[in-house]
Amino acid sequence: MQAVRIHGRGGQGVVTAAELLSIAAFTDGKQAQAFPSFGSERMGAPVMAFCRIDKKTIRTRESVTHPDVIIVQDPTLLHHVDLFGGLSPSGYVLLNSRFSLDKIGLEEFLSSLPDGHVCTLAASDIGQKHLTRSIANTALLGGFAAMTGWITLKSVESAIRHKFPGALGEANAAAAREAYDWVIACLNEPGRGTPHARAN
Amino acid sequence: MLAQIEGSQAVAESVVLCRPEVIAAYPISPQTHIVERLSRMVKHGDVGRCQYLNVESEFAALSVLIGASATGARTYTATTSQGLLFMAEAVYNAAGLGLPIVMTIANRAVGAPINIWNDHSDSMALRDAGWVQLYAETNQEAADLHIQAFRLAEELSCPVMVCMDGYILTHAYEAVDMPAQSLVDAFLPPYSPVQVLDPKAPISIGAMVGPEAFTEVKYLAHHQYLRALALIPEVAGAFAQQFQRLSGGLCSPYRMEGASIAVVALGSVIGTIKEAIDELRLDGIAVGCVKIGCYRPFPMVQLRGTLEGVTRVIVVEKDLAVGMGGIVSADVRMALQGLPIPIHTVIAGLGGRSIPKSSLKQMVQDARAERLSEPHFLDLNRTVIDNELMRRRDQRQAGPMAEQVIRAVNAIGTKVV
Amino acid sequence: MPEQRIKFYQTGTYTAGNRLLNEEARTVQSRMDRTNSLNSGHRACQGCGEALGARYAVDAAMRAAHDRLIAVNATGCLEVFSSPYPESAWQIPWMHSVFGNAPAVASGVAAALRAKGREDVKVIAQGGDGATVDIGFGCLSGMFERNDDVLYLCYDNEAYMNTGIQRSGATPPFARTNTTQAVGETPGNLPSTGKNLPRIAMAHGIPYVATASVADLHDLEAKVTRAMAVQGARYLHIHVPCPLGWGSDPAHTIKVARMAVESGLFPLFEAQFGTVVDRMPIRHKVSVEQYLELQDRFKHLFGPPRNTDAIAAIQAIADANIATYGLTA
Repeated sequence: MQAVRIHGRGGQGVVTAAELLSIAAFTDGKQAQAFPSFGSERMGAPVMAFCRIDKKTIRTRESVTHPDVIIVQDPTLLHHVDLFGGLSPSGYVLLNSRFSLDKIGLEEFLSSLPDGHVCTLAASDIGQKHLTRSIANTALLGGFAAMTGWITLKSVESAIRHKFPGALGEANAAAAREAYDWVIACLNEPGRGTPHARAN
Repeated sequence: MLAQIEGSQAVAESVVLCRPEVIAAYPISPQTHIVERLSRMVKHGDVGRCQYLNVESEFAALSVLIGASATGARTYTATTSQGLLFMAEAVYNAAGLGLPIVMTIANRAVGAPINIWNDHSDSMALRDAGWVQLYAETNQEAADLHIQAFRLAEELSCPVMVCMDGYILTHAYEAVDMPAQSLVDAFLPPYSPVQVLDPKAPISIGAMVGPEAFTEVKYLAHHQYLRALALIPEVAGAFAQQFQRLSGGLCSPYRMEGASIAVVALGSVIGTIKEAIDELRLDGIAVGCVKIGCYRPFPMVQLRGTLEGVTRVIVVEKDLAVGMGGIVSADVRMALQGLPIPIHTVIAGLGGRSIPKSSLKQMVQDARAERLSEPHFLDLNRTVIDNELMRRRDQRQAGPMAEQVIRAVNAIGTKVV
Repeated sequence: MPEQRIKFYQTGTYTAGNRLLNEEARTVQSRMDRTNSLNSGHRACQGCGEALGARYAVDAAMRAAHDRLIAVNATGCLEVFSSPYPESAWQIPWMHSVFGNAPAVASGVAAALRAKGREDVKVIAQGGDGATVDIGFGCLSGMFERNDDVLYLCYDNEAYMNTGIQRSGATPPFARTNTTQAVGETPGNLPSTGKNLPRIAMAHGIPYVATASVADLHDLEAKVTRAMAVQGARYLHIHVPCPLGWGSDPAHTIKVARMAVESGLFPLFEAQFGTVVDRMPIRHKVSVEQYLELQDRFKHLFGPPRNTDAIAAIQAIADANIATYGLTA
């Protein structure tokens, strides 16, 4: 079983991201369980959502305290929230930022994770481009598919279209696609070092 | 059709498959997603002539259904926590009048201190109101139980609560197989009331009954209610036949073959308990669990039959009878009366506290080693308790306890609990 | 039903006889085919204003609904004296749930009828002043604002009589009840308290609000009939003296009710969508003193020593009503 924890702020679509992730996994024929951090938080407050993915039925209902993947939708949480608490030593981190890890000051902190397991992605910029709003969640899902390979891009797109029918879904799917391609390219060229993102 | 959907959506769709005629609801977290969805479907015209009433309180919600049900309509509402207690008078009244209303309880703690997260304090507080209480383990079961609930309610002329863990189930996305309308129609015939307000045949419902007949009326209600113990397995059986899936029932054992320790619980925590049991079994500990699917009426005989072979019972319950201990365990004790089986009460998951598999495994080990206090509070932060007790001993104007404890545990919203 | 305003004023019994009217203008109650919805044999006290008001109101509603009527009842005197098992006095489908929810239960009945396509069946809800202005107020306001198709009848006897005469939000200033006793600095109910439910009902903008009194049963029936012709939430507030609670002679129920109207303390009016459209002018004005004197609950005002300030304060309320509603003929 793999567990994903998504961090963001109220209003950024954190819960929706977990839902979409579970639907994508379901579409890929896996079992999935997504749930929010059950908070009473308002817009702008730190929130979390979780997703478990497995080949067999998921029975446990406990919180995700030891995630295999951490997705950070809002980098401004870095100094407020214990974002990486409990992360598996072989886990993954996907950060929404247009800056590289060293610029954010996380390079050393995350250096123990395996190669190709940490990536920054300018997801808000991608969202801005496709949705004219800096919504990062669907782009990050594309990035997640690229980084982990646990779900297919096709299923991510289909989950997005299912949730947002019409033009909005297409725009979100395009954001996910661009992010996917970007992360794939990034992982294939470790030294690329663009100002937008960098993979370790 | 199998779909990856939120528990609340699954329940709402399941309720719609039952063709309700009047729905009245008042919003309260975490029930809202269910009623939002229903209001949309009704307004969209997906539910025939069904009426959806936005009312001013939970008390009004259930009162509307009392009137509607007595007029022969199939009725539904959902609530939780404070809302359930706010409608308490009507909860008793609906049962006393024998009205087959179905209500989802998105289980949540009862304040003060105010807490919107899951435990079973709400439905437990009204366990003796005369409603059948069913508890769902998964969202699939929650969806299925609603279809069974309408059939049960209408066959018994008795209201039914379907309890599902707030947030843990209501807000969880998982795969749920939504049945076809034709199958539900075949399983659940149209509502044919035993009493109805009709100008063609006027009756008085809710008349005053004095000491000369009250006992008899109550006896008959009790008698009628106990029929649920026979009917629930029957309905679950019919459901399995129709939908090719096991859901509901009075109590369900898991790995109880050769078990010397049994963990008894209700609701979604059963899933985590099963995971813990599988691991404990690998370690050679003979432990199993029993899910109580129907808590009221209490399946006394069935539970005794399932548990009488074990040497130890641990009741894990998400509630607390303040000044007393466990609520469910008191009933389990009664079911096992006369048997030399030690019964432990473990209070867990209050106000949304996560119940980790690791803690459950430790609990079983502690029980075997006679290390459980009675009642035992799972994962209690003893340091906070001791400090606060000391502070209160030394200070008369000690202030609100909840505030002090929050300061002490520094429970900022971002902490993973 | 055509209606004729009675142009005479009787002394003596103070009741307007049907025989003085042409046949169409006579009350529903005087007809052989009245439905006796609240049948005789119930257990109300002698001289009960509520039993009288309910009998007239419900029969009139039945006639207007072509006998297709469902009644919901709050807990209270009416419910208790009419329903002790197995001797229900109700000849119509009737339901009692609890004290505070009659409007919501009625909304539910109406919703069920809508769901079943049975809009030909009409719904009334009834309660005393406690059930209406106090404990059921939330449900009533909800029923109003949703404009549910229910006629709500409040039988106002100005206190909790079923439980033994305790103050309600409809108890008038200075009245003695068992929870506003005639002791202390301000004996009786405190002035400047209580609520005016007809005005609150009007503030909801519902299609029909009216007040009526058992002193004028023609008017009461006519208002029920008009209310029944309207779709949506309707409210009729009926003044019903309680000989037990008011300490008045059971033989004087109509007289006391009439004095309340003619002093100006209980103005009779009709309102549509929040605006007063008609009122019943006072034809024979009396002082509040004449009304108060008939009731033991105000006995402490007459001393010794006589509480002239209190009597003046009550007179001021009556005068204000007369001015507000234009009750001078």
